[in-house]
Amino acid sequence: MDAKTVLEGTYFSDSRKELQKERRSLLIRRFLSNRMLLTGSVITVLLGIIALLAPFLTSYTPLEMQMVKRLQAPSLEHWFGTDNFGRDLFSRVVHGTRVSMAVGISVAFITMITGTVIGLYSAYYKFLDHILMRICDGLMAFPGILLAIALTAALGSNMINVIIALSIISTPTIARVVRSAAIVVKEQVYIEALRAQGASASRIIWYHMAPNTVSPLIIQITFVFAVSVLIEAALSFLGAGIAPPNPSLGNILYDGKVVIFSAWWMTVFPGLFILLSVLGLNLFGDGLRDMLDPHTNKAKK
Amino acid sequence: MIERGTILKIYILQRLISLIPVLLFVAVVVFFIIHLTPGDPAAVMLGADASPAEVEALRQELGLDRPIIQQFFSWFGGLFTGDLGTSIFLKAPVFELFVDHLGPTLSLSVLAQGFAMLIAIPMGIVAAKRRGTVIDQTFMVVSLLGISLPGFLLALLLSLIFAVQLGWLPAAGYRAMDTGLWQHFKYLIMPAAALGFIQASLIARMTRSSMLDVLSMNYIKTARAKGVKDIVIVYKHALRNAFIPILTVIGQTFGNLIAGTVVIESVFSIPGVGQLLVQSIISRDYAVLQGVVLLIAASYVLINLIVDLLYGVVDPRVRLSRRS
Repeated sequence: MDAKTVLEGTYFSDSRKELQKERRSLLIRRFLSNRMLLTGSVITVLLGIIALLAPFLTSYTPLEMQMVKRLQAPSLEHWFGTDNFGRDLFSRVVHGTRVSMAVGISVAFITMITGTVIGLYSAYYKFLDHILMRICDGLMAFPGILLAIALTAALGSNMINVIIALSIISTPTIARVVRSAAIVVKEQVYIEALRAQGASASRIIWYHMAPNTVSPLIIQITFVFAVSVLIEAALSFLGAGIAPPNPSLGNILYDGKVVIFSAWWMTVFPGLFILLSVLGLNLFGDGLRDMLDPHTNKAKK
Repeated sequence: MIERGTILKIYILQRLISLIPVLLFVAVVVFFIIHLTPGDPAAVMLGADASPAEVEALRQELGLDRPIIQQFFSWFGGLFTGDLGTSIFLKAPVFELFVDHLGPTLSLSVLAQGFAMLIAIPMGIVAAKRRGTVIDQTFMVVSLLGISLPGFLLALLLSLIFAVQLGWLPAAGYRAMDTGLWQHFKYLIMPAAALGFIQASLIARMTRSSMLDVLSMNYIKTARAKGVKDIVIVYKHALRNAFIPILTVIGQTFGNLIAGTVVIESVFSIPGVGQLLVQSIISRDYAVLQGVVLLIAASYVLINLIVDLLYGVVDPRVRLSRRS
């Protein structure tokens, strides 16, 4: 510890604690006054709880078939009705939400790592930048969902492969966001000073550039989460995602499409859950952007 | 000084040339992703009860037993002569198949995008003008719903209402244009509306924020002070300057549109490019899969080029900066 920090520690500890406390209460107040962020987090947290507690919320398992009870309308016994195999729809929807959330969170987590590494290193090293960004261009040159369909069709339709496919298609967007935030930092004088002092590349990248990319990264990750939930549903709907009989919101909708003339509940309820998941995350992301990004003025919402 | 027309031509040529590496790269990526992943088209073609010898014979016939690099170069070489290969399942050249399936997809996309622009731009303008009012807030909620709804879900909900409950529109299917324009539209209204609504939400949000920026500028205040009519201010003075970001979003939404049609076509059983693609994935029809993805990527980058060129049409300042 050098002399300066000791000084700060003794003289300013009280006022600093106060400052921290004040800052925290300011953050909480800003969080509560941001309606979008608040609504978004409430919806997302609720769905998260439903996903986590799925097995305890239902008295039927999602795979339990009772052919006598095929296509029953919603009732007290079966809240969301039953599907074309007599399975309890509420249980399937809740477990499907669990799958969607698991896929979304895994993709968000994986791309956060891969995207940050690729983004930071290509911001720092020019030669890597050329190679990595051309690869990203190539991946972004056609709609991600097509690549995801091709990948899951080739690898096999299960949850792990859906996660892999979605991570591959989402990494370029994260990498770009991180890269553009990091490049701005890299051009600043203090980075040059650090280099002159002999700081190593990895020190500059991880200690000085990385922290400055956190807020755009978090915002973008929320949207990747939302898009992953969306694409997973679309993939499963097309038969290239989570394979039946395992429930997923997308493949329930596919079953529902076949019986759309006789069972509206098979379209409405899983649809509602997809909508809520994505809406919650979008609200959360928009709200977060307002809070974290000083550049977006309020008018731009 | 060189003429403006020549400069534009040179610019377009430059941009077209710069597309070549991107497309080559896409070609390489697509080829290797498809070929390096497990799954054997010969086995799929012959079904589950074919003997290994039969599968091997077919593999040889299709050239799948050759080293992957050799397969790559024979396909890649074909690209330069405009030969995208031949489908082993559908027994037709890939390009021909693509053209055959293009009609429905094109009709659907044009309708959807047209519908989107028709409602999105006026909606965005009105929301910006009446900022903070009930109209604006309703608009924001609706457009947020639009970006949170997957297209196929909206399509299903629409058909639940208009096909199942009301019986006004057919639940699925497609009629070519030569069976009559009305028949053609009747089958496309729902898919186009579902796709278009989502596009519209994205475009309208950008229109609103871009208009808000421009409407707060000083020259608008000056125009107001001079007593220029409101309608002239909004449509002549503001919209033109607000249009560049809107155009960018319209360009970007074309990507969504292509992805969206793939799924929507499957909901409504429309025999378009999307169906062709999904079929080729299921049957592991390498030639079709590679060819169609490449053509989609090509149209995607071409559309983006067109959007870039339109910047110059909308905004003379872009034209000027290009000259230097």
